[in-house]
Amino acid sequence: MAIKKFVVGSFDDEKVLFPAVKKVRKAGYKIHDVYTPFPIHGLDAVMGLRDTSLHTAGFIYGITGTTTALTFMSWVFNKDWPLNIGGKPHFPLPAFIPITFELTVLFSAVGMVLTFCYICQLAPFVKKHHFHARATDDLFIMVLECTSKTNEEEAKNFLAAAGAKEINVQVAEADWWLGRYDKEDELYAKGTTEVAHS
Amino acid sequence: MASLRYESQVRQPLVVGEKTYHQVTEDIVRPIEAKPSKLWKIGFTVSVMFLLFGVYSVYREVVYGIGEWNLNKTIGWGWDITNFVWWVGIGHAGTLISAILLLFRQGWRTGVNRAAEAMTIFAVMCAGQFPIFHMGRVWMAFFVLPYPNSRGPLWVNFSSPLLWDVFAISTYFTVSLLFWYSGLLPDLATVRDRAKEKWRKRMYGVLAFGWSGSTKHWQRHEALSLVLAGLSTPLVLSVHTIVSFDFATSVIPGWHTTIFPPYFVAGAIFSGFAMVQTLLIITRKVLDLEDYITMEHIEVMNKVIVLTGSIVGIAYITELFISWYGQNPYEAAAFRNRWDLSTPYGWAYWLMMSCNVIAPQFFWFRKLRRNLLFTFFMSIIVNVGMWFERFVIIVTSIYRDYVPSSWSTYYAPTVWEVGFYMGTFGLFFTCFFLFSKFFPVIAIAEIKHILKKNGESFKENMDEEEKDTVEHFAHEHAHAH
Repeated sequence: MAIKKFVVGSFDDEKVLFPAVKKVRKAGYKIHDVYTPFPIHGLDAVMGLRDTSLHTAGFIYGITGTTTALTFMSWVFNKDWPLNIGGKPHFPLPAFIPITFELTVLFSAVGMVLTFCYICQLAPFVKKHHFHARATDDLFIMVLECTSKTNEEEAKNFLAAAGAKEINVQVAEADWWLGRYDKEDELYAKGTTEVAHS
Repeated sequence: MASLRYESQVRQPLVVGEKTYHQVTEDIVRPIEAKPSKLWKIGFTVSVMFLLFGVYSVYREVVYGIGEWNLNKTIGWGWDITNFVWWVGIGHAGTLISAILLLFRQGWRTGVNRAAEAMTIFAVMCAGQFPIFHMGRVWMAFFVLPYPNSRGPLWVNFSSPLLWDVFAISTYFTVSLLFWYSGLLPDLATVRDRAKEKWRKRMYGVLAFGWSGSTKHWQRHEALSLVLAGLSTPLVLSVHTIVSFDFATSVIPGWHTTIFPPYFVAGAIFSGFAMVQTLLIITRKVLDLEDYITMEHIEVMNKVIVLTGSIVGIAYITELFISWYGQNPYEAAAFRNRWDLSTPYGWAYWLMMSCNVIAPQFFWFRKLRRNLLFTFFMSIIVNVGMWFERFVIIVTSIYRDYVPSSWSTYYAPTVWEVGFYMGTFGLFFTCFFLFSKFFPVIAIAEIKHILKKNGESFKENMDEEEKDTVEHFAHEHAHAH
């Protein structure tokens, strides 16, 4: 459990946000994350995030489905119980295509969604610290992580100069935990001594 | 002088009115946070009553057996399979809007995709009931699953189109549900973060899976949506293709035709769009969402209806032509049982023809495409017509089999057969009422994403580069390299 200190700035226009992200990175601050109410194309590139490999995972799940379907049906019809259905062949590949296709899609979709939820730490009853309630409404929230070298005041001023409207410092748990949104977080109340730097 | 940004003159804004991001949230979340209206309560109660009647009808069928229905010696498939195909077809428009139009980058899908996808899921839920209860001994329904059993193990027949259906429908339902719910996560988080009451915060906290809006998560979310759309596109085509295989791979005259897969898929999209119209014309009015589901949306969907309706019309005429040109006496007899008005079901065929082929032609007129009342009326007509299409295909092909002595039995449903169908309407609308009360019926994040490109108040705003004229830009940059 990592409890850290963050400098949080909110932006109300994505046109201001883009140059601000560039400036902040150039100045050497560590961007913890930028929270936005909708996907902003290009922001991931500006933040220096690498492209996601979720597609590759989906492909691998898909071919797993293809192989499962084909091997299973062939095994059933040829090895386990070779029924004679009106003298039809035991390996009717064209007749296997529909189920093979459906299982390919099913494995790929289910696998990808589960992987997505796992790597984004999304699940029911999971709680995270949200830096700003309007991050899912109309504000773009840039969160800088304070390291031992960060000067808070300087960081705040820097964000203000970059165009942030509302700026504050928050001590928060950076990971997810099991919790409820109708209850206040008690988690990091006990661990403030572990704050990286104060 | 032409500016660098090219936009077609006929392209209307997709979001009407002066909107900010916050206003979008307000407009769409308002019905969720408000108390249910009287209209909602009445509609919900009526739906639940229909559902209960359906439950009782199914109870009769389970307890007393298939004899509660009027299926007879030659008509093994009657209302039940007709309803099954009808409901599955309706679901197709949702996937078309959410997946295929996403791949084709049709911006207008954004206003209607969430509700259409919900409709898909509920329609497939209704569809699934029919083959399951048609089995008679419904407690043995799990026999369709290939699991290691103590009877050998005796496996299912993987070459049977009926088994393909099991896989197709269950895959379709699962993938549609995943696609819909993964798209809902960010919007549920929006509702959660605005919630004032504790129970609401808690409920949407659980439903939103802890979504935060992180840039990395958005990046993955977009990749996920795109791949799911890519998977759903062939999936939706395969599902109705496989449903049509239930008929086409048989040797019954009237069913045994290669035209069925494309004909069924077009028909499915046709009836699905009609149902989307029925639902959205009411929803946009009741929930006050006319700024997001605009006349433009209604018109575009009417264009799809006239296109797919005409494709279906061509399929009907092709079938008729082939039944004459093919010179197969059995095929000709099967089709004579349709087009000849003096046969017992001739009326059904011509009802289908007028509802599906002739009626949609009115949508060639722009005035009628943009007339709400007419569109609503037409959406009902099309759905009636498409129900009769399935009825005609199923019943008229089998009510006169090869033994003329069994010809005399005329098939009309019992009250429990009709009750089952009514019950699925109850299920469908109960689900839709709950959805429209507790979930955002429009994809909030997606609307915000297109707001500054396609919103009415932003269309005029252009970047400096976009304002540049073509001539000036060309002059400046022509010899840059």
